[in-house]
Amino acid sequence: MAGIRGYWTLAAAAIAFRLLLLLCFPKDLHLGSRPEVATPLTSLRRLAEGYWLKQASMSPYSGSMYHGSPLLLSFLGQLTIRRVEGRPPHFYCSLMFVVVDFITAILIRATGQKLLLSRHKSFQVLNLSKLVEASGTVNPGDFASLVYLWNPLTIVTCMGSSTSPVDNLMVVMAIYGACSRIAPLAAFGWVFATHLSLYPIILIVPVILLLGYGLDAPPSKLFLHKTSDASSSGALNQSPDKSGASKLTDNTIHTFSWVQVLHFVLWVFIWLCYVLLLSSISLKDVGGLSEMFRKTYGFILTVEDLSPNIGVLWYFFAEVFDFFRNFFLIVFHVNILFMILPLAIRLKHRSCFLAFVYIAISSMLKSYPSVGDSALYLGLLALFCNELADMHFSFFLFCGYIGVSLLSPVMHNLWIWRGTGNANFYFATGLAYACLQTVLVVESVSSMLKHDRMLRKLVKA
Amino acid sequence: MAVLRHSAAFPFLLLLALLICIPALVSGVWLNDDGGGVEEEGEQFSEELFLKPLPDRKVLAHFHFQSTAPPSAANGRHHHLFPKAIAQLVQKFQIKELELSFTQGRWNYESWGGSDPISSTNAKPPGVELWALFDLPVMEIDATWKDLTHALSGLFCASINFLESSTSYFAPSWAFRSNVSNLRYGALPREAVCTENLTPWLKLLPCRDKAGLASLLDRPSIYKGYYHSQRLQLTSTKSTGIVLKQTLTVVLKPDVQRNSAHSSLDKSIQPSWSVSSMFKKNVTGLCVPAKTSRIFFELETNMVVELEKLGYGDSWSNSIFDLSPNPVRVFKESNPLPGRSNSIIYEFINYSEHEPLDLGMKWKLPFIWSCSQAPFHVSRFLMGSGNERGSIAISLQSTESNKEFLAKSHGCNVQVLIFQVVPWYVKVYYHTLQVFIDGKPQSVSDVIEKIQVSPSEDKLFPGTLELMLRYPCSVQSVALTLDFDKGFLHIDEYPPDANQGFDIPSALVTFPNFHSSRSYVEDNFSINSPLLLKFQEKNVVRSYTEALLVPLTTPDFSMPYNVITFTCTVLALFFGSLLNVLRRRVGEEERLLNSKDTTRIRLIPLLLSKFSSKLKGRTDGTPKSSSLLGSKFLLILVAVLAVLWHYISN
Repeated sequence: MAGIRGYWTLAAAAIAFRLLLLLCFPKDLHLGSRPEVATPLTSLRRLAEGYWLKQASMSPYSGSMYHGSPLLLSFLGQLTIRRVEGRPPHFYCSLMFVVVDFITAILIRATGQKLLLSRHKSFQVLNLSKLVEASGTVNPGDFASLVYLWNPLTIVTCMGSSTSPVDNLMVVMAIYGACSRIAPLAAFGWVFATHLSLYPIILIVPVILLLGYGLDAPPSKLFLHKTSDASSSGALNQSPDKSGASKLTDNTIHTFSWVQVLHFVLWVFIWLCYVLLLSSISLKDVGGLSEMFRKTYGFILTVEDLSPNIGVLWYFFAEVFDFFRNFFLIVFHVNILFMILPLAIRLKHRSCFLAFVYIAISSMLKSYPSVGDSALYLGLLALFCNELADMHFSFFLFCGYIGVSLLSPVMHNLWIWRGTGNANFYFATGLAYACLQTVLVVESVSSMLKHDRMLRKLVKA
Repeated sequence: MAVLRHSAAFPFLLLLALLICIPALVSGVWLNDDGGGVEEEGEQFSEELFLKPLPDRKVLAHFHFQSTAPPSAANGRHHHLFPKAIAQLVQKFQIKELELSFTQGRWNYESWGGSDPISSTNAKPPGVELWALFDLPVMEIDATWKDLTHALSGLFCASINFLESSTSYFAPSWAFRSNVSNLRYGALPREAVCTENLTPWLKLLPCRDKAGLASLLDRPSIYKGYYHSQRLQLTSTKSTGIVLKQTLTVVLKPDVQRNSAHSSLDKSIQPSWSVSSMFKKNVTGLCVPAKTSRIFFELETNMVVELEKLGYGDSWSNSIFDLSPNPVRVFKESNPLPGRSNSIIYEFINYSEHEPLDLGMKWKLPFIWSCSQAPFHVSRFLMGSGNERGSIAISLQSTESNKEFLAKSHGCNVQVLIFQVVPWYVKVYYHTLQVFIDGKPQSVSDVIEKIQVSPSEDKLFPGTLELMLRYPCSVQSVALTLDFDKGFLHIDEYPPDANQGFDIPSALVTFPNFHSSRSYVEDNFSINSPLLLKFQEKNVVRSYTEALLVPLTTPDFSMPYNVITFTCTVLALFFGSLLNVLRRRVGEEERLLNSKDTTRIRLIPLLLSKFSSKLKGRTDGTPKSSSLLGSKFLLILVAVLAVLWHYISN
């Protein structure tokens, strides 16, 4: 199956479009202070403040301004102070984020191609080649990568000088590493993604499953079924074709490969030590690691900053009674954790999809969500365009996303700038957005399960 | 009383009366001695009133009450004149220095003066300002400060106890006072100051407001004024004991006395005034314990210059104005630069109960003069709109007096210290500090000689910015801008009237090169007035900026239940529907499972059914009832566990 014709043209056009936006708007668009784009964790302005404080030999975390990683500080800090005449204030950073976006897109494309190959392979094994031909000619890799590149949310995030493109790159890197079974890369991506934004920590489940069981495939029960069929029929007439198929099957439903996982764990350990070492060097004279954990992970987990964002937690914690605060903090975070196990049990044969569901859930329930997170999971969603072709409510979801992304800035403007609306207006769009994400997650999971069911029917038929 | 019943009751009565009188006589004698040189060691009290006409048809009245107590060892815990409450305060909290001011209104530096001793030491930011220097190890200071705020709050009927929270006070390192670590500074810009704060302040005076100069303090007339600042300053050293200075600075506008004859001139002539017309009261009765009780009247430098231009010199009675009683003494300021006119202070002492001193100034001709200005006029303002972000700007505009200074020396540099505090909910981006000199952006390192930032910590500390600027004297205007984001607070953190906005305390701008000291032609020994001695102290010129009002966004205060229910509904929707999707199995799969289930024995229900049947003493039971029993049993088990847990934890 050929990829999308003119993929490179479209990808280059997306990059050119970003550069054009950068060059055409020499004035600051103030996207960097939009609540949708920059959260207290990812805002580049805060990073610049942290860098300034560090240069003034103070802890970058003093002042409750910066809550990101010390590595980003030494990585991007230099770029924040360089100014170019007639360009937006964080011109170099934006240029870098364009590059980062491009790399992310390439990695998504490579992941998609791997997924496609594995799909074809398993369909061949299951004698479902007609399904392959029927299921359209969309190459999920190219499609997802273009969706990621051309998604307005991604473009806004890239232009809006927030550090979420870097977070996204790390997550995608972990998934790609796991898909292509490069344990060091997967470990690198996972460790850095966790270090940057904590929530990707739950991706360890899909990454280990990917490394252990391999790429997404129909449930292993089907293969067993097929093998037993094949062996029973093979006993009667041993054609070379069938035996080849059974061999293939054996390859496909191989057991959990512990070697890969141990390899991964080893690399995780190495990268973890590396990250901690670098952080402690960078914070040697100012603060130290304990302050870093308190100000980054502590800040994420306790939802200290109540400035509005597209989530619902800010308003909830601004309004909730103080004595219930801890209880609800636990409830919200446990909600993410509680979903890990049921999803992992049900979708263990589709680890890449599992990773997407985890990312979607955490970007919905995280304490400081931004559109950058949505951009990532929408991009990953497109990887499963063939499996999720008959998803319900897709038009409704599409309209919902457009509606919310148009209404939310309007409500924010009414409340914050004009003073004619109140906080409930903006919160309502946040609620609607959470509902949309819920529907998206639930529908995608349900249609993926339905897809598996359909495969089973086809195999059994 | 039994004695009185005797026949010779009268001599006894006489004796009794004498006995009662003796202490009074003795104390009277002691008080009279107090004025002499021998009892310099003892407690002293002096009261002074300083009056000055201001160019904008107003009058400045500055009351200065000073009590001193010798080192505490001298007379134990007893005081004759010195307020015991203050002495206890000093002893308990080991205060070296303390200044507390209650201010209402804003000192107008442009028209009331910016470089004279009154404006640089007595012009205070609106609301309450408190700073204290402790003689304690650094570890104990914060705890002591908290106790001190509570003590002062009780003493002055004000909400100074709000300064207890660490979000409202801080330790400036060098811009407020040079290099002290045991200083704490706090300000409450919104504190309303009224008569309930004045009454306890007056209670510290030996005569309260019953006699002496303090009797002028008629509440309606002083609170009607344009500016009102009541201050209490304490200094305590081992050698000199405690010195308590209580000052009250008011700017009043005298009522225009209508002269029917020439009403057209009336508008341009400054309104004539007298002490009794301004305060609606007379100085009645001497405050006997006071060592000195005087009234001063000052003609400002610029006023004298203008008068000399018209050829009137320093006479107090000329064709422009008349001072009604003749002054007792005249102090002339001596200026290092000869050949220039200087301010003149007239002193009035004598007044008695029968002949009240009613100092008055009667203007006859229109007269215009200007005040001595600070080298730079300081103002601070907010930029930007909306409730998300903004900028604070501090601007320094060169004034006339700086031009004179410039004329004196070329190629000089001006030093300016800025001390700025911002509450934590104004999240300042210090990296956005920009300096504009004469409207042009300037690199920060060129202008800023020294900078110290202690960033705010959410809900913990306020942020402070201490800056030392140095730039050439020829600069006309300097502006500093800092961007900030507005914070969002929890609903409980908003004050009752949240939509009014939040105050940022005044910034303090100090000009270390400029001093506001006066020296007088008469030698220092003959000037024994504490007020004039204070004028001679070498104080740097400082001015406070305006307090800023930052409106912050408010959430809907009536919504907590709705928000909780809505959010939880969405969450439950997510959780429920996702689990439902994961759990759902259809058709054959379901059947397959069912067929398997019948054969496979499930462990937990089996155990439960066995357990419950044992409990009931029955061996048989249908699976349905057993599961029901099992759930009941589980309920009981949980209840028992809960009771046990409760028991153990208690």
